[in-house]
Amino acid sequence: MDQHNEREARQGRLKLPIYLDYAATTPVDPRVAEKMCACLTLDGNFGNPASRSHVFGWRAEEAVEEARRQVAALVNADPREIIWTSGATESDNLAIKGVAHFYRNKGRHIVTCKTEHKAVLDACRQLEREGYEVTYLDPEPNGLLDLDKLQQALRDDTILVSIMHVNNEIGVIQDIEAIGEITRERGVLFHCDAAQSAGKVEIDLQRMKVDLMSFSAHKIYGPKGVGALYVRRKPRVRLEAQMHGGGHERGMRSGTLPTHQIVGMGEAFRIAREEMAQENARILQLRNRLWNGIKDIEEVYVNGDLERRVAGNLNVSFNFVEGESLIMALKDMAVSSGSACTSASLEPSYVLRALGRNDELAHSSIRFTIGRYTTQEEIDYTVATVREKVAKLRDLSPLWEMYKEGIDLSKVQWAAH
Amino acid sequence: MAYSAKVLDHYENPRNVGSFDKNDPSVGTGMVGAPACGDVMKLQIKVNEQGVIEDARFKTYGCGSAIASSSLLTEWVKGKTLEEATRIKNTEIAEELALPPVKIHCSVLAEDAIKAAIADYQRKQAQGEAPRQECNS
Repeated sequence: MDQHNEREARQGRLKLPIYLDYAATTPVDPRVAEKMCACLTLDGNFGNPASRSHVFGWRAEEAVEEARRQVAALVNADPREIIWTSGATESDNLAIKGVAHFYRNKGRHIVTCKTEHKAVLDACRQLEREGYEVTYLDPEPNGLLDLDKLQQALRDDTILVSIMHVNNEIGVIQDIEAIGEITRERGVLFHCDAAQSAGKVEIDLQRMKVDLMSFSAHKIYGPKGVGALYVRRKPRVRLEAQMHGGGHERGMRSGTLPTHQIVGMGEAFRIAREEMAQENARILQLRNRLWNGIKDIEEVYVNGDLERRVAGNLNVSFNFVEGESLIMALKDMAVSSGSACTSASLEPSYVLRALGRNDELAHSSIRFTIGRYTTQEEIDYTVATVREKVAKLRDLSPLWEMYKEGIDLSKVQWAAH
Repeated sequence: MAYSAKVLDHYENPRNVGSFDKNDPSVGTGMVGAPACGDVMKLQIKVNEQGVIEDARFKTYGCGSAIASSSLLTEWVKGKTLEEATRIKNTEIAEELALPPVKIHCSVLAEDAIKAAIADYQRKQAQGEAPRQECNS
């Protein structure tokens, strides 16, 4: 059987397109969906958790508190430290702006990193407009922070450090335990965006000196539209609310609690706690299979450290192939690219640029993210397709031709446009 | 991004992919764009003694629209005189391929590429037999 027929045969058992964008979002686990559906209709647990005068409210409150315990359990926190939000973006905003506003008389300096999620970077930009000062640290070329540089960036008026746990684009894991030691010693609060790490990397908030941590449900097989913020009780962290109203969530975040969303998030976190170890091993094996299948292609580079990395992420640059055209070629796979053409801004990935990757490599990057429902057949099909399409696009690429002729592309004077 | 059927067709089955010997005096080479911007187009034309473009080849590093724009252009220039080829406008390419506004620059690049290829050919002719090594140095 030739390669083509073999592919056809395998395709028969495959459902296309193949979803390899688990870092963007995940499908809701059917177990989660079932729990959520039980909180919607007249027959279900539809009450307002804030209603204190009848059993509908009490039952809804019970469900919300059970979910709070489930979320807290995954990260070894006290349930009273969990505040419900609409998602990690809101959690990041509440943590950063809330702390900055509350402690404005203590200091007005914040330290973060250039590769943070836009929710963190944009919240910091807003604070700059309000008169705060922000230091944006450069990561090392492998995407990890040099903690000495972090230490050196701290000032007497620094009130907050915000560093993510796992990067959404390149999947690298920052050493938040070590960062917590530094910030606690200096009396600076530490916020950590854990949207990409919860349920994938062990988090122990009894041990780690993190003061605020953002969570999302939809990155770990829960529903979109719900998240949480961990706010440490000992030593106590104070926040200025960003959403005012009925005083829900101990005044830190008003708004009627969406029972079905919260119950879904709780169930997703419960499942993650029970299945994380086993699931990580399986996903890592698939990630290795994917990387081993493509790493011998010429001029292929992994973006970010391959060892200190979440199991499901592989971010690769295929030099001399433009990312968007590769995405078009990989139409049977749902993947994402750091290419400018796939972003609204027409700028290549700011994360890859911050690693010091040149523009060509940033434009040529593809992010594969593997998850709960990825199969070995899907990975094998992806490997075969990637190999074929990269070769095809390189045949089309004048840069590849020049590279093969031995021309140093960095020395060519390009006609700018 | 939703592509038109014509873009997809050119992307899936690009026409006239390849290279001519850039030192051949009857060949004009245009290389435009920059890797930093995410697209580089190389367009080559082979011109006969009557000044008619007999054949064309391209290679493009860029998105689907950039590949389609250059592929389409190679089809259009064949059989045209140099003078006719100079008159090809980016708007015609954009219209033919139904490019969305964010992809108009791909058609502009294609227009630049044919102009650069013609200029290169004419420069070679003016210089007689002395071949030029680089198209854009």
